[in-house]
Parts: sequence; C-alpha cells; structure tokens
Amino acid sequence: MAEEKINQKKNFLKGIFAENPLLVSLLGTCPALATTKSVEAAIGMGILFTIVLLCSNVIISLLRKLIPDEIRTPAYIVVIATFVTIVKMISQAFLPELYSTLGVFISLIVVNCIVLGRAESFASKNDVKSSFVDAIGMGIGYTLALLLIAFIRELFGTGMITFGKIFTFIPLFRIPILKNPTIGYDYSISIFQFPSGAFIVFGLVLAIIAAINNNKKNNEIARKKAEAKLKKEKGAN
Amino acid sequence: MQYVVTFLLAIISSMLIDNVVLSRFYGICPFLGVSDKPKSALGMGLAVIFVIVLSTIICWPLFELLKLAEITFLDTVVYILVIASLVQLVGLFIKKYSPSLYKSLGIYLPLITTNCAVLGVVQGNSDMGLDFMSSLANGIGTSVGFLIVIFIFSCIRTRLQGPQTPKAFKGIPIALITAAIMALAFIGLSGMVN
Repeated sequence: MAEEKINQKKNFLKGIFAENPLLVSLLGTCPALATTKSVEAAIGMGILFTIVLLCSNVIISLLRKLIPDEIRTPAYIVVIATFVTIVKMISQAFLPELYSTLGVFISLIVVNCIVLGRAESFASKNDVKSSFVDAIGMGIGYTLALLLIAFIRELFGTGMITFGKIFTFIPLFRIPILKNPTIGYDYSISIFQFPSGAFIVFGLVLAIIAAINNNKKNNEIARKKAEAKLKKEKGAN
Repeated sequence: MQYVVTFLLAIISSMLIDNVVLSRFYGICPFLGVSDKPKSALGMGLAVIFVIVLSTIICWPLFELLKLAEITFLDTVVYILVIASLVQLVGLFIKKYSPSLYKSLGIYLPLITTNCAVLGVVQGNSDMGLDFMSSLANGIGTSVGFLIVIFIFSCIRTRLQGPQTPKAFKGIPIALITAAIMALAFIGLSGMVN
C-alpha cells in the first residue's frame, strides 16, 4: 500500500485551525454545550477526549490492514468504547470531582462524531505516526475550542474564573474580574451559566468566525477584481 | 392510581422541564442537522422515539445481568452494541413489514446510532440506578420531548431562511440563537412538577 508522505507540521496544525473539529466542522457539539459551564470542566473534558482519540486512533491505525471493510464501523465502535471505559474508570478513581461534574458525558465520548470520524477518514488510511500527530492536533484543537466557550461563559456567568474546584490537587483560588465581593461590585450575568447561555455563546462564536471568513473572502474577491482591472488597463495600453 | 400519577409526572418532567435538547444537551447534532424541514424533523423524531423506548426496554434487564455477574464496568460497550444492532434490526423489520413507513423513516435510522440522546438516556438510567418503570418513563419522556422540540424548531427555522438575517448569522449561528431563546422559554416550565 503506497502511502504518500505527509507533512507532519501541517498535519498537526490543521486540527487546530483549518479543520478545527468544533468550530469549523461542527462536530461534537453536545459536550461543547454541556461541559463548558466552567473552564476547569472544559479542560477536563478536553483531556479525557484527547486521550480517547489518541489511543483509538493509534490502535485503529495499527489494525487498519486486519479489520475487514464490511464490519469496520462496529469494530471501531468497540475499540472506542473500550478506551472510553478505561478513561471513565481512571477519572472515577483519581478525579472523582471531574467524574461527577461531567457525568454521563464521559460515556458519551463513544458517540462523539469526531472520534469515529477521525477513525473512518484518517486512522484507517494512514500510518501510525501520522495518525498519532493527527489525533494530538485534533484533540488540542477541540480542547482550545471548548476553553474559548467555557471562558466566556464562566467569565460573564459568575464574574470570576475559579480553579481548584474540580482538580482538587491544586489549591482553590479565584481570579475576580467582573465580580469582586471584597470591593463590592458585581457585573455578572447569570444567564450565561444557564443552558440558553451555552447556545448564545456558541452561536455568537460561530457568527464571529463566519464574519471573519466572509471578510477574508470579500477582500480576496476585491483583490482579484483590482488585479483583473490592472491587467485590462495594461492590455488597453 | 398513585403509581400511574407518578409515572405520568415522571414522563412530563423529563419531557418538558428537563428537556433533552434544551437543558440536557443530548442530540444537538441531529437537532441542528435535520431540522430544516418540518416533515423530516417529524420523521427523525418518530424514529428516535422508536429506538429510545426499545433500547430502554432491552438495556434495563441487560444491566441487571451485568450486575449479577459483577462486570458493570462493561455497560457502555454493551449499550452501544445493543443500540447499533437494534437500529439495524429495526431498519430491516420496518423495511419488510411497512415499506411506506420505511420510506419516511429509513434515511434517519442510521443517524440514530450516533445520536447521543439514545446512549445518554440508557446510560443515565443505569448511572442513576432507576427501576424499570422509571427508566421507561425517562425513555418515553425524553424521546417525546425530543420530537416536540425538533418539530417546533424546524417550523421556526423555515421562517429564518429569508434574506432578513445578517450574513454572518446565516445557517447554524442563527439556529443556535433561536435555540437559546427557546431554552429561555422552557425555563418558564420549571417548577411545574415538584
């Protein structure tokens, strides 16, 4: 099987920017809304997700010549479900706070379209090394996207960013920004902590990205038009 | 009588107050993907009711078996296999006995395997340790709630396709903002059942 050489740096970066699973491909939206109430929960979800994606991508890539084409989807699902179970047990044992905060959404990584999508479209066709890099890129891209939404929601919803509540091994500390009980101002808007706040923030983030893309496209069209005009003028001369 | 009332209240509470899409965030992908037309939204919703209720009924005794064998950590693997094969089976069954129903539901069936509402309900039932009737009520309430929300949402979305929306908000962003307003409206229903 001839496998073309892949530029690993490009392969890594595409998961973060050009093909960001959440913000560009719109995959895995359920945990993006449900686990972004606080920055810490988003980080935890991102890490667990990255571990599952990494392990299943590597295993599927190793087995890609053994798995028959007809039953590949059930085979992938079993591999993914196994790693989800492992991750679930580890988090239950070592980070019980994280386990209870994320709840059923750890199990739901099984049906997260990103993991199955990467298995289907990348790991089953490429060698182990590029699948590994691909999984890390996608995992970090997804984690950063979750962090962005969680940061906006926690900042406006509670007025401060709290650490140490879920990752209990670091001491509890708060960064007050919009709300400071000691000085006595409070500009927080609690609706951002509600489910509807998740929808609003996600919608606005997507709209901003679409606006930036539209702007880029318009600029390119304008530039092309200007070039064509210049050429015409030159031709006329 | 008391028992029936509890059952109905459980259905209503998981249908309206703790709605799947708007407060538990299950099944956002089909919610955004299939809700362009009211007709296809209705088809998707019906197929989801079918699969969720059936898989709740099948997975509850299976979890009891796992408990007997003391291998409850295998629950997620078992559930996803049950759901995937159930979706296939239901597809084949409907195709054979009711081709007209298959025509309307057929395309949505494969999508249901990756709908996290199904696995979410089944896994939630066993995580919370519900008994059979409560699990069934949760299954029925959740899936009917999904149908209601996806149908209302698709009716609103057909109106949003006009040229009035700002360019950057076209498509998914405006749909999410609409969902946010719907979620706000559903907050008003909380406190209906104590």
